[in-house]
Amino acid sequence: MTDLTRLTASETAAAIKDRTVSAVEVTQAHLDRIATVDGQVHAFLHVDTEGALAQARKVDAGEFPGPLAGVPLALKDVLTMEGVPTTAGSKILEGWRPPYDATVTARLKAAGVVILGKTNMDEFAMGSSTEHSAYGPTHNPWDLTRIPGGSGGGSSAALASYQAPLAIGTDTGGSIRQPAAVTGTVGVKPTYGGVSRYGLVAFSSSLDQAGPCARTVLDAALLHEVIAGHDPHDSTSIDAPVPPVVEAARSRHIRGLRVGVVKELSGEGYEPGVQARFDEAVEILKDLGATVTEVSCPHFVYALPAYYLIAPSEASSNLARFDSVRYGLRVGDDGVNSLEEVMALTRAQGFGAEVKRRIILGTYALSSGYYDAYYGQAQKVRTLITRDFARAWESVDVLVAPTCPTVAFPLGAKLQDPLAMYRQDVASIPSNLYGGPAASFPAGLSDGLPVGLQVMAPTLRDDLLYRVGSAFEAALPAPVPSLAWENA
Amino acid sequence: MPEITREEVAHLARLARLALDDSELDVLAGQLDVILGAVAQIAEVTDAADVPPTSHAVPLVNVTRPDAVVPSLPREKVLAGAPAAEDGRFRVPRILDDSA
Repeated sequence: MTDLTRLTASETAAAIKDRTVSAVEVTQAHLDRIATVDGQVHAFLHVDTEGALAQARKVDAGEFPGPLAGVPLALKDVLTMEGVPTTAGSKILEGWRPPYDATVTARLKAAGVVILGKTNMDEFAMGSSTEHSAYGPTHNPWDLTRIPGGSGGGSSAALASYQAPLAIGTDTGGSIRQPAAVTGTVGVKPTYGGVSRYGLVAFSSSLDQAGPCARTVLDAALLHEVIAGHDPHDSTSIDAPVPPVVEAARSRHIRGLRVGVVKELSGEGYEPGVQARFDEAVEILKDLGATVTEVSCPHFVYALPAYYLIAPSEASSNLARFDSVRYGLRVGDDGVNSLEEVMALTRAQGFGAEVKRRIILGTYALSSGYYDAYYGQAQKVRTLITRDFARAWESVDVLVAPTCPTVAFPLGAKLQDPLAMYRQDVASIPSNLYGGPAASFPAGLSDGLPVGLQVMAPTLRDDLLYRVGSAFEAALPAPVPSLAWENA
Repeated sequence: MPEITREEVAHLARLARLALDDSELDVLAGQLDVILGAVAQIAEVTDAADVPPTSHAVPLVNVTRPDAVVPSLPREKVLAGAPAAEDGRFRVPRILDDSA
C-alpha cells in the first residue's frame, strides 16, 4: 500500500476526493508517523489527536468541498486555536488554552484542513534555530545534530520528516524562509497584510506575516489561497483580491521574465557551498528563458541593523501584554508582593534569555535621548530600503539571492553569540522591511545539506514567486532526505 | 567607552518590569554592548537625513468599520485562562501600599 505520509497535499486531497482513501486513514497515518519519529525530531509541542480525527470524520461525511479538504497540517504554535494549548514557545503561556481561533486557523478549519497539532518555535518567534524554545530544540531531519532553522523550525522539520504535507509559519525577519532553506522545503512569506494577523501572537507588528510551508510549490500555493484574503479583524489586512498564486504555481514557465541578482546579498559571509548552489540556480533560471542582470540595492547592507532596532522596539511594546493578569503565568502572588513586583517576577521567570535581551534592547532604542539615533534612524533606513526595491522594479520583475548565508549549523554552535545568530537573517530581512512577498525554494545540497533559493517580488505580486518556483522546481526537483536515523 | 553600562541595563529592566538577577545583568550588559556596537552602524547612512520614516509597509490610514454592536467573547471563557479570577473579574495583587 502507498505510504500516505509521502504524498503531496494535492495528491492527498485528490485521493480523498475520489474515495481511494478516507480522510480518517490519512490523518491516522500521520498521527502514527508523529508517534514513530517525533521523539527524535521534536517538531510538535502539542498533538491534537482527537480534534484531528474529528475534523477528518467531518471531511469523510462530505462537509467540505475545498481543494485541501482532509489534508493534514502542522500549525506553528504562535497562532491561536480555540481550546488547544498555544504557547508561542514560551513558559509564560504554558497551559493557556485560547478562547478563540486565529483567522488563519478558522480558515483552515473551514476548508476542511486537518490540523494535527502545534509546532515548536523559538520563543515568541525570536531566533533562527528553535533553540530559544522554552520546550527544547527541534532537530533537522537531514541531520539530527543540526538546527532546523527558526523561528519556524518545528513546521519545517515536520514537513521534511513527513509528519505533515503542509504547515503554517510566520515570518518577521525570515522565520518561514530560512527554516525552509535549511530543510529543503518550500516556504513563502506573502505580501505584508496579505494574510490576517488576527490571533497571531505579536512579535513585531509592522513585520509579522503568516504564510504557507509545504514540500512542493503547488501545495504551498493551494494553502496560500486558503489562508489569504481581507479580514476586518485585522486593520492592516489588505482589502484587495488574492494574487492568482495557484494558477502561477501550475504555469512552470518564466521565458522572458526579468530576474535581478542582488549584488549586496552575496560574497563575504556566504558559505562557498551556498554561493555555488545559488550561482547554479541562476544559470538554471537563464536556461529556462529568464533574462538575468545584476542589480544593486545599496541600502540592503543596513537592513540587519535597522531590523534589530525596529523589531526589538516593537517587541518591547507588544510583550508588555504578558503582565500576569489576563493569561498565562503568575509568580510571587503571596499576598505581600505588589502588582508591580508580581509582574516583574513573572516576566523574569516566564521569559527566556533571548526574549529578555530583545525587550531590553527595544526599551533602550525607544528611550528618550536615544530614540532619534536608533529607532528613528532605523525607520528612515527602512524607507531607503523600500526605495531600493522600487528602483529595482524599474528594470526587473523579481529579485533573487541566497535565502540565508549558511546551511544548517550544529545545535549549540551560535547559542552563546547572539550577533552570529542574527546574521542568519541578513538576506531575508529586506523583504520584511519593505513588505513585499518573498519565498525560499529548494536549490540542491551543499555537503549533503539543503540550500535555498530566495525569490523576492513587488507588493501584491505573490504570484511571481510561484511562477519562478514552479519552473525552477520542474528543472531541479527538491532533494529527498535519507532519514537514515529512522533505522539506526 | 561601552555603548551601555550594567547600571543602564538595570534601569531598563526596571522600566520593562523584568526582575533580573545580578548574573543576568552581567551577561546582558556585555551582550547588549556588542549588539549595540553592531546596530550603531546605521548612523553611517548619511543620505537618510531628509528621508521620511517608514513605520509600516502598507500605507493604510483610518481603517474603520460600522459602529455596530456585536457579541464579544463570553466572560467565563475569557476568565478561564486567567491566573486568578474572582466575582467575574480578573483578580490582581494589591496595587496600593497598606499605608495609603
